[in-house]
Amino acid sequence: METKRKLRWTAGFIFLLLLAAGFFILNILKGTSSIPAGEVLEALSGKDSGLPSHRIVREIRLPRAAAALLLGGALAVSGFLLQSFFANPIAGPYVLGISSGAKLTVALAMILALKNGIFVSSWTLVAASFAGSLLSTGAILLLSGRVKNMAQLIIGGVMIGYICSSVTELAVTFADDANIVNLHNWSMGSFSGADRGDVRVILLIVVPAVILTFMLSKPLGAYQLGESYAENLGVNVRLFRVAMILLSSVLSACVTAFAGPVSFVGVAVPHLMKSLFGTAKPIVIIPASFLGGASVCMMCDLIARTVFAPVELSISTVTALFCAPVVIVIMLKRRKGGS
Amino acid sequence: MSEKKAVSAEALSAGYGHRAVVSGLDISVIPGEVLTLIGPNGAGKSTVLRTIAAQLEPVSGTVYVGGSSLDEMKPQELARRLSVMLTDRINSERMTCRDVVSTGRYPYTGRLGILSADDRAKVDEAMELVSVTHLADTDLSCISDGQRQCVMLARALAQEPEVLVLDEPTSFLDISNKLRLLTLIRRLAAERNIAVIQSLHELDLAQKFSDSLLCIKEGEAKYQGTPEEIFTGSRIAELYGIDSGSYEPLYGAAEPQRTEGEPEVFVIGGGGTGIPVYRALQRRGVPFAAGVIHENDLDHPAAKALAAELITEKAFEPIGMAALSKAEAVMRKCRKVICCPEAFGTMNSGNRKLLRLAEELGILEYAEGSRHD
Repeated sequence: METKRKLRWTAGFIFLLLLAAGFFILNILKGTSSIPAGEVLEALSGKDSGLPSHRIVREIRLPRAAAALLLGGALAVSGFLLQSFFANPIAGPYVLGISSGAKLTVALAMILALKNGIFVSSWTLVAASFAGSLLSTGAILLLSGRVKNMAQLIIGGVMIGYICSSVTELAVTFADDANIVNLHNWSMGSFSGADRGDVRVILLIVVPAVILTFMLSKPLGAYQLGESYAENLGVNVRLFRVAMILLSSVLSACVTAFAGPVSFVGVAVPHLMKSLFGTAKPIVIIPASFLGGASVCMMCDLIARTVFAPVELSISTVTALFCAPVVIVIMLKRRKGGS
Repeated sequence: MSEKKAVSAEALSAGYGHRAVVSGLDISVIPGEVLTLIGPNGAGKSTVLRTIAAQLEPVSGTVYVGGSSLDEMKPQELARRLSVMLTDRINSERMTCRDVVSTGRYPYTGRLGILSADDRAKVDEAMELVSVTHLADTDLSCISDGQRQCVMLARALAQEPEVLVLDEPTSFLDISNKLRLLTLIRRLAAERNIAVIQSLHELDLAQKFSDSLLCIKEGEAKYQGTPEEIFTGSRIAELYGIDSGSYEPLYGAAEPQRTEGEPEVFVIGGGGTGIPVYRALQRRGVPFAAGVIHENDLDHPAAKALAAELITEKAFEPIGMAALSKAEAVMRKCRKVICCPEAFGTMNSGNRKLLRLAEELGILEYAEGSRHD
């Protein structure tokens, strides 16, 4: 059994790596303007030719694919952390209203900055987004102290999300005309805005955060048995809970700052990975969720921008289509399994 | 005192923050000993167990595990010495029983918690000990409550503890699984020299499976001692404040409240034959008299608990005139006599006389299932 398991895990990771690589390549090859593969390769080889097709590949498609990869992975890892934290399989940054909280603060920061003519750096956006994430998470934590029921917590999160969204809408409505288009596009969720500078910032935030999360695999595994058992096993539960909240907030804040709210990936991907690998061991599921989230987001982004080209769909429209059914399946399975 | 103590505490107060739930606890457990906490619901048994397991700070006093104070012990050090089995339900998905047992090796693994060959052998051994090896690859959510408790015990054992803290290990289990688990715990305590501190709701089982007992009531340690010391007289009834019914400490039998009033039925019992009749009458709410029962008779505890009136004779003495005439007087006032014993001998020949009298009075009825010529 142990060897069978290892075989399954190895096969799973090879599959995910191929999947992620495949979608990454497809994302660079495909787009509104058709560019032959040879030209794409030339563009990637780094020769500065000044050709428009080379610029499209290097400055639009490549950063966008990289952003989808990194942010998708971040989203799924953030979802896994929240699910472990709340011992709730339907938890995720989007359903708990954490993305909407981040969206609100980012929108406010952008409106304020644009009004006063201040340039907003990527770091400022991430900071604003992080503050919003923490605020919503704090609200959810207050709620979770009072409600023990899984469904009630989710309903609470959805409501927090709605409140934040309406305040955001309000702020956008009264913003200057010039800002609206920009804000509206972003608040629907899209990977389109990412340039090379953004990708650098994303890389600097997401990679360390995911590595840190991976280093927490051991206490996470103990925590899956519940707080008391984790404590008995020598985990400093209070410190560990703070670390989980901070990491999941940083990850989802980074996603919201650059791509807006992306729906359901955080819930669905970790669940799919648990099914694929047949385990919930954090040491397997954390890297798997990263790869899975990356693949799902790259796939959805590809669909969003190519299917109805030149009209582009918002990323959440596509992710909801693929991931929301998974959430329904999880709920049905829980119902059947008792508890 | 020369023996090394596995767990000890003096004048310990357990509670939340500055509010003590239970105070005045003196605990001392040696390796291989089983200490059981009993007491009414909400008395604070779990609070005491959580304090011993260092999940709650003591309100005052110190707990010592293996001679060292919990305050000075690192979490990992304590995790290698003390493991717990709690009432908390585990609702994690996709965890096989082996995965769950493996978490017991946590205090022994490195940064990422990867199990070495030695750790895996210890996990297998722990599962072997409680005979759950066949469940190793089954998901935890797919096994029965009894099996789940065994798996959790295996998990606690994989931690290689010197002290095992068990909070109501037998709740949710049927009687067969209760006996199996408690037998296992006793065996492990003896074989591995593990000190066990547990709480139990089942008094009869606590009596039979513990080396010592600690009774907790209304925020204090009421009694402490061996089962023989605790299960005497009315201590248990007092501890639990039993007011509807009674508890017979020697057999561990709980009986409902007797029906008071003028006896309507007279039951001739003896040798355990009376018990089913007493209980049937109690259920129907009929006040009855029982007699003549020797004080050492099997029927005596139940008759004492349930009969509105009881006529007894001293142990090992033939039924004498005093008891007989008293019984006769009571019987004449009853509308019915039920005779339970099938045979009479030297010691209870007095009851035969009562039987004759009942026949003469025409109010005799034989108990169901008993045969007479």
